[in-house]
Amino acid sequence: MQPVISIEGLTKTYKSGLQALKPIDLTIRKGEIFALLGPNGAGKTTLISVVCGIVTPTTGTIVADGHDIQTEYRQARSKIGLVPQELTTDAFETVLATVTFSRGLFGKAPDPKHIESVLRELSLWEKRNDKIMTLSGGMKRRVMIAKALSHEPDILFLDEPTAGVDVELRRDMWNLVRRLREQGVTIILTTHYIEEAEEMADRVGVILKGELILVEEKTALMKKLGKKTLTLNLQDPLQTVPPELAEWNVTLKNEGHELEYVFDSNLEKTGVPSLLRKLSDLGIAFKDLNTSQSSLEDIFVSLVHRDTGAAA
Amino acid sequence: MNSQSSRVPAFNGYGVWAIYKFEMARALRTIWQSVVTPVITTALYFVVFGSAIGSRMTEIDGVPYGAFIVPGLIMLSLFTQSIFNASFGIYFPKFTGTIYELLSAPVSPLEIVIAYVGAAATKSAALGLIILATAAFFVPLQVLHPIEMLAFLILISTTFSLFGFIIGIWANGFEQLQMIPMLVVTPLTFLGGSFYSIDMLPPAWRTVTLFNPVVYLISGFRWTFYGSGDVGIGVSLAATFGFLLICLLIVGWMFRTGYRLKN
Repeated sequence: MQPVISIEGLTKTYKSGLQALKPIDLTIRKGEIFALLGPNGAGKTTLISVVCGIVTPTTGTIVADGHDIQTEYRQARSKIGLVPQELTTDAFETVLATVTFSRGLFGKAPDPKHIESVLRELSLWEKRNDKIMTLSGGMKRRVMIAKALSHEPDILFLDEPTAGVDVELRRDMWNLVRRLREQGVTIILTTHYIEEAEEMADRVGVILKGELILVEEKTALMKKLGKKTLTLNLQDPLQTVPPELAEWNVTLKNEGHELEYVFDSNLEKTGVPSLLRKLSDLGIAFKDLNTSQSSLEDIFVSLVHRDTGAAA
Repeated sequence: MNSQSSRVPAFNGYGVWAIYKFEMARALRTIWQSVVTPVITTALYFVVFGSAIGSRMTEIDGVPYGAFIVPGLIMLSLFTQSIFNASFGIYFPKFTGTIYELLSAPVSPLEIVIAYVGAAATKSAALGLIILATAAFFVPLQVLHPIEMLAFLILISTTFSLFGFIIGIWANGFEQLQMIPMLVVTPLTFLGGSFYSIDMLPPAWRTVTLFNPVVYLISGFRWTFYGSGDVGIGVSLAATFGFLLICLLIVGWMFRTGYRLKN
């Protein structure tokens, strides 16, 4: 697939001496939704800020839509829309004025029709003549998205788009992102909500302490690291795990009412049938059972732990 | 790729216009602060210095005292308002964080300067003309060289707006924003011959005063009104352009290094 952003050897060391980004190489494909995952302070925002021109890279080159972001910043930036994490708006401006301003700033001729459709899509049209300071936090977030979409970008950066927003807005946002993808817009979002990446992303990159430790197709990632958990609701609670079950490494949960077995669903032998046979041999009865796929969050946590464990 | 590149013009006129309009709208929202306050302040100067004290003063260079102080008073407002407007215009987005949009937009440093400084200069020049009209109510006015007067007004507005823009980028807090206008510009203006001709000073002080750059600006502006100044008009113009050039160099350096704009 065609690359739309190529990052090569990017590093950023702040004046304070903090190395926010260790050498990063990353290619974003045209039309994909890429989720950049990582804990707070991992370097997600720095990475986005460098691509968007807000932070100057220490070393490395970035090409966006065929244009170097430093030497051909005009061409590169006019293709990019950014919704930053912080809710920073011009409090005294009206919604319509601020979104129209953004379109002009990005060098596009006025297009009231487009502005109207953006505002309608984000449920802002009724509020277009309201001053931004009178809006709720969620509405302000919508205004910032409208500003980023005002100039019809081909590449959209969403930095923590759903941090602190309500369920309705989050759902709206996900729908909007899907619609934009259908229009061919490439979307890069950062998040520390795993469910967001899981719900929307095609590919996931995990960034930790300024290092991109993993870039993978979301489905492949989940398959590769996918653990399943079998939970058995016991008829009678157990005080301790019977020694006969030692080879399955099961644990007791919920004051002995639940027995948990974690297995790798990709293995030929999952150990589930043999465990169930053993239980019936031992006369341990259960009322119910269920299995659950480990979420990206579990994968992420295990990755982070593995990494910090290795470093320590 | 080439067909796409050609859609991006070499000069982002829409961007400049958007910032300019934004800045002008801000002035209209704060019309009391931007226009009414300086006009009232200036009117008070005319009442006190022009009418109350001025009537007891002799003419200076054949000009009644009330009329003599008009160019100086306009300059005083022009300096402070240009600096205030331009510094606030760029400092406020830095303060609130909305500057992210400016930094991520396809606008060049030159375009940013043209838009912000242009808007601030427009406001100051308009204010200068309003104060001039106000002055006409209080004192008999004459403008010998109206075209030069206008040109000088615009030149000074632009130069000090540029200076204000630099202060706005440099400032790390509201206190610093006020510091230069209050502690440097206002004293230099008061001591730069706003209210007197430097010929009225003892010779030693006159020499000291000649080191005050504001003297040259006020003198040049006064020349456009009455055909005479403390120094020659050529010297005044050279001093003004010199200051403009210094400001341009500083702004250029700030954008090249990302000074206090980018990390």
